[in-house]
Amino acid sequence: MELTASDLTVARGGVPVLDGVSFALAPGRALVLRGPNGAGKTTLLRTVAGLQPALAGEVSGAGERITYAGHADGLKSMLSVGENLHFWARVFGTEGIGTALSAFNLETLEDRLAGTLSAGQKRRLGLARLMVTGRPVWVLDEPTVSLDTASVALFAEAVRAHLGQGGSALMATHIDLGIPEADDFDVTPYRAQPRAALQDEAFL
Amino acid sequence: MIALLTRDLRLAVRAGGGFGLGLAFFLIVTVLVPFGVGPQTDLLTRIAPGILWIGALLACLLSLDRIFALDWEDGSLDLLATAPLPMEGIVSVKALAHWITTGLPLVLAAPALGVLLNLAGPGYLWLFVSLALGTPALSVIGTFGAALTVGLKRGGLLMSLLVLPLYVPTLIFGAEVARRGAEGLAVQTPLLMLAGISFGVAALLPFASAAVLRINLR
Repeated sequence: MELTASDLTVARGGVPVLDGVSFALAPGRALVLRGPNGAGKTTLLRTVAGLQPALAGEVSGAGERITYAGHADGLKSMLSVGENLHFWARVFGTEGIGTALSAFNLETLEDRLAGTLSAGQKRRLGLARLMVTGRPVWVLDEPTVSLDTASVALFAEAVRAHLGQGGSALMATHIDLGIPEADDFDVTPYRAQPRAALQDEAFL
Repeated sequence: MIALLTRDLRLAVRAGGGFGLGLAFFLIVTVLVPFGVGPQTDLLTRIAPGILWIGALLACLLSLDRIFALDWEDGSLDLLATAPLPMEGIVSVKALAHWITTGLPLVLAAPALGVLLNLAGPGYLWLFVSLALGTPALSVIGTFGAALTVGLKRGGLLMSLLVLPLYVPTLIFGAEVARRGAEGLAVQTPLLMLAGISFGVAALLPFASAAVLRINLR
């Protein structure tokens, strides 16, 4: 099942930032959103993830099929690495965290408290969470922040493995991941024109 | 749901989780009152039910802003919102976890603290019953307040201002049960009202909390 966005208008704080965005993401493919800071990549991802409503247009094939990873990793610092992953596995009703741990090279850290990890290790744990959710569509916002080159390679490998199993990924990133299945999608042409008329200032 | 409950309980008892904070606050408030009022045992007996109820209410209030603020800060609230749990279930579980970590210890400790305030003999049972019935309402209403103010920096004070007026009916009927019980009067009417408030808010408020939480996550 494809993830499609048709004629999507997304807003941040009531102000439209992207207008008329349409794309389709087939299983086994990845779509990389490109655009300068403030272009609206995060807003678009949050809208696709269902965290905020679209001003216009619609998203189909998302909902219960997606898993979202934002700027924050959503880790509990007083829980160990294993406990953090087990919690998300139970929430999503999946079994086993072993493959996720090994994919991101976290086995040796399983009993460490998440609060004592370095920034890059936390990020790896946050990305390992994607694997335990078992959801087919990954929606990722700047997944490679604070990762070193080796970890970026681990991440790219995990994404390719996920795509190989018929999953798909929609991500915003500024670096080249070297994933051949990925298409670039530049959001710059869709930037919304400032529209003062949209705000009903008469009623404020 | 059970996973979320066990995680919240586990976090509460670990360092920095704030477990026992409300209980310690309750203890200090009830210990301070006799010092402030002076050694007039008959006066203390009369005000004991009210003081214990207000103490429990303030202790409950103290830990409310942790319900969602911590999850919001580290991003887990966004992730929970995209998880297969319904938002109404998440807020109900959060309220339950808050009650278990804050309300339940208060209920169990209140009779012991009644001794410090020279609570009348029959009052102990009714104080226990009224708190056991009333503190869940405090947690559920508090969860609503926490959902309203999630994402606000230093939202704790605003939340107190929003939540305290909503606590008034629970306080009136809860303290009334304890007072009437202590004086040996019939407690049926305020007890039924208190039970009605608790069950009513537990049934309805999670929907409101979930709705405001969805708006605040945007």
